Amino acid sequence: MLVPFMSLQRCCQRSALLIAARRQWSSSSVSPPPLHTRLLLFLTQRFYDVEMLLSWGSQLRRRGIQKKNAYYGYTQKLYGSDIAAAYYILSLKGGFRYVGQSEWFRANQRGKFNWDFLKHKDTPLEEVNMSYTVINYTGLGNLEGQKALRTLSLRGCPEVDDWFLARLHIFQDSLEELDISHCPRITTAGLAALRNLKGLRRLDVSSLPGISSPGLVVILLEEMLPQCQINATGYDHSLRQERGERTEEHMEGQR
Amino acid sequence: MSTWRRLHVKVRTAHGLLTSRWETQQRTWQYGHLALCQNLSTGRPLRNDFFKDLEAQLAAMRKKASDALPGSSWSPLEITPNLPPERADIVIVGGGVMGWSIAYWLKQKERVRGGVKVVVVEKDPKYSQASTVLSAGGIRQQFSLPENIHLSLASADFMRNINEHLGVLNEDPIDLQFNQSGYLFLASEEVAHIMEENYSTQRYAGAKVSLLSPTQVKEKFPWINTDGVVLASYGLENEGWFDPWTLLNAFKRKAISMGVIQCSGEVTDFKYTTNVMSTADGDDVDLRRIRSVKVQMPNSLEYQPVECAIVVNAAGAFSAKLTAMLGIGLGPKDSIAGIPLPVEPRKRYVYVVHCPDGPGLDSPFLIDYSGVYFRREGLGGNYIVGRSPEEAEEPDTSNLEVDHQFFEDRVWPSLASRVPVFEKLKVKSAWAGFYDYNTLDQNGIIGMHPLINNMYFATGFSGHGLQHSPAVGRSVAELILDGNFKTLDLSGLGFRRILAKEPMLERNIV
Ligand SMILES: Cc1cc2nc3c(=O)[nH]c(=O)nc-3n(C[C@H](O)[C@H](O)[C@H](O)COP(=O)(O)OP(=O)(O)OC[C@H]3O[C@@H](n4cnc5c(N)ncnc54)[C@H](O)[C@@H]3O)c2cc1C
Repeated sequence: MLVPFMSLQRCCQRSALLIAARRQWSSSSVSPPPLHTRLLLFLTQRFYDVEMLLSWGSQLRRRGIQKKNAYYGYTQKLYGSDIAAAYYILSLKGGFRYVGQSEWFRANQRGKFNWDFLKHKDTPLEEVNMSYTVINYTGLGNLEGQKALRTLSLRGCPEVDDWFLARLHIFQDSLEELDISHCPRITTAGLAALRNLKGLRRLDVSSLPGISSPGLVVILLEEMLPQCQINATGYDHSLRQERGERTEEHMEGQR
Repeated sequence: MSTWRRLHVKVRTAHGLLTSRWETQQRTWQYGHLALCQNLSTGRPLRNDFFKDLEAQLAAMRKKASDALPGSSWSPLEITPNLPPERADIVIVGGGVMGWSIAYWLKQKERVRGGVKVVVVEKDPKYSQASTVLSAGGIRQQFSLPENIHLSLASADFMRNINEHLGVLNEDPIDLQFNQSGYLFLASEEVAHIMEENYSTQRYAGAKVSLLSPTQVKEKFPWINTDGVVLASYGLENEGWFDPWTLLNAFKRKAISMGVIQCSGEVTDFKYTTNVMSTADGDDVDLRRIRSVKVQMPNSLEYQPVECAIVVNAAGAFSAKLTAMLGIGLGPKDSIAGIPLPVEPRKRYVYVVHCPDGPGLDSPFLIDYSGVYFRREGLGGNYIVGRSPEEAEEPDTSNLEVDHQFFEDRVWPSLASRVPVFEKLKVKSAWAGFYDYNTLDQNGIIGMHPLINNMYFATGFSGHGLQHSPAVGRSVAELILDGNFKTLDLSGLGFRRILAKEPMLERNIV
């Protein structure tokens, strides 16, 4: 039995030689290939460089977002955590309202804002509007000290994901209104994290593209947060589809 | 008739020409004389058969001819796919989540593209017995050893940014299906003080955990019967469960895209050299250095020795088999060589139950002080339930059959007394998997054995290996490429405690 295997191994080596020889022979064909072939050939030879460039592109974008969401430790040390939070919000083109005041501070379209907010030292924030900003999990750390935050609006935030929702427990004693509608990265698995926000009175989960079987999810949310009024528009609640998805869930559970 | 004959002979010769000699020889081994006879036989009297035969032969010939044209990948020999290379820098034995995580991190940390040649050897590409895919998929921070807490925190951080780590250009982003639900541990009178201590260790390490009184538990989870509970601890963040397959495949896909070589085959032997050294007391010890790994191909007698500089033992529940091949545990009783790797398979059952009125979306991963646990599975009223058996009643590990009586006798009563809605439930299915059980202290073994010069270990995680795999992979890669731990100090999980027989036990409340 051993002998055949040995010769088998030997021919493995030899076949490699054979293949190499054949390649050489084939490359000696005369006419140059057409332009698009040459272009493709060039690109494949540069495959790793192109790949590198593309990944650099996405890395740069990510780093930009990360930088905007950096921890405002320096501001915090100098001005306290409330001003740092306010400054962070305005830098991201968001808006907020201090506790006991009616005036909103907002950044304009070009990101310019009124520096008057610095006058209110040690006043916590009550309402924060971060809609359509790039706030992410790390950036949320800048709002960690806000124990009086009652309203938070995160409508259409591209970086808000399930992990972000899980971190919202930092406002568990105060938060009453939360808007997470139109956030593309939120899924059903993340909504379970809202269980910690027992004081929630109003929740907007409209038009979340990452949610399968929205009808069932809304019912479960209502069960989980009985005091809370849940707004869920923008879903196609046609019965047929709903049923299909439910059985799908079922099957998944069975697995 | 004679023309027909000539034609046939021609076809034969042409066929013979194009069929490589090697292939013929290979066939001859298989079929012996029979094949030879067939080859030598000439035309048959039956015309119909003959035409059919001719057609088939011509088609085969055409195919072979086109295959043999330059540029195609055809070669005269059938090369076994996934045959490992003859040489590699690092061979990782075991393609579970640990193995692939280590492979990924080795590639991530290499300084030049292609700097280290890493091969992952997995004996069962379908993963029918691997713990990874048979686990419950949970991650928690509620441990008592700082090492374990830090491993969990680092792994949760990895999973949060998984697409930055494991995303592959032009492929779908990874969706771990991470369910953001906390673990809820319930403690009785006797163990409440341990829970309090653990809580402060966890807070100190940076984990977001809260303590709850029985009243608070009742308020949050009205469906729990709090009789006998005096304290509970509840994870607020970075806890929950996810799909183990997705994590495994994500590691695998990324590692392969970075140049890791995967091959299927079983490591059945090592070739090693032995150096005899004397200790200060004058005792002789054998130091082994692995030279090559013998990889047996699946379903065949073929094998390939792979020469390598470093071997990583990530074979999960069966990692002690590998060390036994190196003579670890076979030495004299009171010497280092006499202590086997204390990892063995232990069978654990998981039952899927259906209970339409069971806890809803906010249902935690509940762990009762009786040892029973359950968690939600999907949204359709399904739950998975389990419990570790007593030491004395450990089931037989020769197969993965499920003992349904165990559920009736051991699991259900405790579960139903804790959560009364579960008095009415239906078992829908069940499965069993092997814990990579560390018999000394049920914690991972990370590092090198003092008697084997070039084998690194990542095994023995006993029920929390899946969640720690991202961070453990990074630490093992640091150990191999940097020479010591850089990000997390895991020296406490090394071999010293095993050889000194000083267990590093988790202070569990269970
Ligand atoms: C029922 C159950 C529930 C669990 N729940 C959890 C949980 O909730 N959370 C958690 O974190 N962990 C959990 N675990 C533990 C977790 O699954 C394991 O610790 C982890 O998967 C170990 O990974 P691994 O890669 O080391 O082992 P494995 O996944 O077992 O991989 C080892 C691989 O090595 C291969 N192999 C073995 N010997 C050889 C050889 N000689 N040659 C080639 N290949 C070989 C095997 O085929 C196998 O595929 C659970 C385990 C079980 C059984």
